[in-house]
Amino acid sequence: MRYGFEVLVSLKAGLLDPQGKAVEGSLPALGWTNVSDVRVGKHIALTIEADDEDAARVQVAEMAERLLSNPVIEDFQILSASELGG
Amino acid sequence: MSRGERVPRIGVVTFPGSLDDRDALHAVELMGAQGIPLWHADTDLQGVDAVILPGGFSYGDYLRTGALARFARIMDAVRAFADRGGPVLGICNGFQILCEAGMLPGALSRNDSLRFVCRPVSIRVETSGTPVTGRLLPGETVEIPIKHGEGRYVAGKEELRRIEGEGLVAFRYSGPDGVVDDARNPNGSVGNIAGVRNGSGNVVGLMPHPEHAVDPDVGPVGGQPLFASLLQYVGAGV
Repeated sequence: MRYGFEVLVSLKAGLLDPQGKAVEGSLPALGWTNVSDVRVGKHIALTIEADDEDAARVQVAEMAERLLSNPVIEDFQILSASELGG
Repeated sequence: MSRGERVPRIGVVTFPGSLDDRDALHAVELMGAQGIPLWHADTDLQGVDAVILPGGFSYGDYLRTGALARFARIMDAVRAFADRGGPVLGICNGFQILCEAGMLPGALSRNDSLRFVCRPVSIRVETSGTPVTGRLLPGETVEIPIKHGEGRYVAGKEELRRIEGEGLVAFRYSGPDGVVDDARNPNGSVGNIAGVRNGSGNVVGLMPHPEHAVDPDVGPVGGQPLFASLLQYVGAGV
């Protein structure tokens, strides 16, 4: 079966996120003055061929740990698992 | 062959997107070594005495700087070489690759200014115990250029305590007088860290570019002592 996943990668809490800061600093120029805590991360979508969803999810977690994120500075979240049919 | 007569062979790896491989080869040859070009898809290191991972934007910096280069075929040989105690130097992108590969602690992230920074900086040597600082004393400074957008050194709290506690910091951004403060920190690196080494001291990485500062014909020569140290380390008896 084919399973679709989305992996969200974000800088660890407390780590300075200069991109987020720059975006946050630009929003007031457009009139939005009530926004704070902007963080910029990565969204990675992928499809996995696996026997079942659990096996697929285990593999996604391993891939996220070893390549998709750098555990020294980033956290990841496996967002959704929607069966695409096989 | 007796010590001092042999010309050391120093390998420089070219990844897709490496930029400073030629400068690194030029630098080691200028300092008296033989530069050996190594290709990312090679599987052996041609018997070199030291390996340099040069600067650039390997694999377009896709995903994260250095994240994909670490899986290049030659990296297995580089890792085995380092495990046997062979000297490995990572410069800029090479430093990022060594961190991604787990061969050096910590990680490099976006400069706090969000700007690409290109200018000479002073760095203070923190230890003589690396392949590129054997001829320098802790506290000495050298002036060499930086040019990077993602050079902010970071590590988790525990990891940082270990790095500082075990004396793994090799270089810090400083003034020419060796003073380390926020004003001399070009990218927001924690503790002004410009370079680190591994626990056994044979692997070292730094963001600044010593290979751009060796040739008196084209500018300052603050990088020379680092390469002189490397040659001495591999037994050239400089």
